[in-house]
Amino acid sequence: MKVPLFTSGDDPGSDFSALLRRVGLDPFQAPSGPAANLAPHATTVLAVRFADGVVMAGDRRATMGNRISNREMEKVVPADRHSGVAISGTAGVAMDMIKLFQLQLEHYEKLDGRPISLEGKANQLSQMVRANLGAAMQGLVVVPIFAGYDPLRGTGRLWDFDITGGRYEEREFVATGSGGGPASTVLKVGYRPGLASAEAVELACRALWEAAEVDSATGGPDALRGIYPVVATITADGWLRISDDVLATVFAAIADGQRARGSTS
Amino acid sequence: MNMPFYVAPEQMMKDRADYARKGIARGRALVAVQYLDGILLVAENTSNTLRKISEIYDRIAFAGVGKYNEFDQLRRFGVRNADVKGYAYSRDDVEARGLANDYAQILGQTFTHELKPLEVEILVAEVGVTQADDQLFHILYDGTLVDERGTSVLGGDADAIAGRLTSTWSAGDELQTALSKAVAALAGPERTLSADDLEVAVLSRSNGRRCFQRLEDAMVASIVGGTNVPPKSAQGQ
Repeated sequence: MKVPLFTSGDDPGSDFSALLRRVGLDPFQAPSGPAANLAPHATTVLAVRFADGVVMAGDRRATMGNRISNREMEKVVPADRHSGVAISGTAGVAMDMIKLFQLQLEHYEKLDGRPISLEGKANQLSQMVRANLGAAMQGLVVVPIFAGYDPLRGTGRLWDFDITGGRYEEREFVATGSGGGPASTVLKVGYRPGLASAEAVELACRALWEAAEVDSATGGPDALRGIYPVVATITADGWLRISDDVLATVFAAIADGQRARGSTS
Repeated sequence: MNMPFYVAPEQMMKDRADYARKGIARGRALVAVQYLDGILLVAENTSNTLRKISEIYDRIAFAGVGKYNEFDQLRRFGVRNADVKGYAYSRDDVEARGLANDYAQILGQTFTHELKPLEVEILVAEVGVTQADDQLFHILYDGTLVDERGTSVLGGDADAIAGRLTSTWSAGDELQTALSKAVAALAGPERTLSADDLEVAVLSRSNGRRCFQRLEDAMVASIVGGTNVPPKSAQGQ
């Protein structure tokens, strides 16, 4: 690994992936045979738009077949100051993709002297998902959600992706992963335009709760070990992770509601 | 048949050094000083877009004087090198010393083997966990690498500026004090410099992971004195 002093003709510009390929560190190499269920998987993640920006949330469980392989994985992480990325799919590939994505945004900002636009960031992530298509066809699928605050438009925006790198901007909310179905339903029922920050956080927690109720690969709040989902807001002031104390209160209220209904299902 | 003229190696090196020195002396100067919370970098630079000071990595900054296209190419090399190293190993493995050595190699190689030496002088600064760990590597056009403590001056008229700066500088200064002393040293007794003439950035220990931060013109103006034009909007990151 040696970075040369590029001449102006063959300069890779601000593209970090291109630079890695040039120095022999290609991050997207497809395996030679089927690889599904050999590596840990990560599950329910979601994003909801509210009045001042977006809320992103994700459970903490990673599974390998029927086994719980990790109880405190962080699937929702800041991409930079004004955006975040959440992943579902093969954990190892996804974590490396997130790391590369974060580096790409920082690399561009340092080389060019200003950050990429929010839309440009979504496009970059789309290209990385596309580059992983070979591995995805072998079973190592990664499907992210990208969300952030767009300073040019003064609003929160969110995108989901498919394995081919298809990028779809959503206006209200999105949920993906094995518990994405029930989570989407909860969001659809509870969503209304112009939610306040606390309401959006509560809605996101409720969606994760319901997903964990029916999907074995999604972890619920773990009061025994003090492990709560990752929930964060992104607004003009940047990324703010909601503290476990606040989440404990929110989930306690949801649990109380469930108990009061006396429901067994 | 034409016989090439014999030029003594001493003469050849001296000519190249003179050429590089002249190019650098034409440019405006830049100073870096340690202050209580990190390292302050101040450059005389009227452009708001063509930067002399930039971020390389979490704790490392780059500053260059002389020919812009030449030191900017070195800056890009530094960012790439640091990012690839941090990706392949760990963010903790990226340090200024290795990068300064690479720069010294490139400048030295160019000085002896190329037709024209690079007309630049650069500084690689790294802010440590404590003030004792701060590092300032000053690299000259011929690859000479100097490990400096406390203050560093690059560019034209460096000796006079360094004289003024070392007589006032103190490691325990707050940012405001350090900035006014640095600007006074850059300006000298005959001139005054306003915020529009300056490019100012810090590597601050209290800035989180990415220690590098540019100071906005309004902030600089409030310390070094008024400016005639309205403050420019927030810059950089």
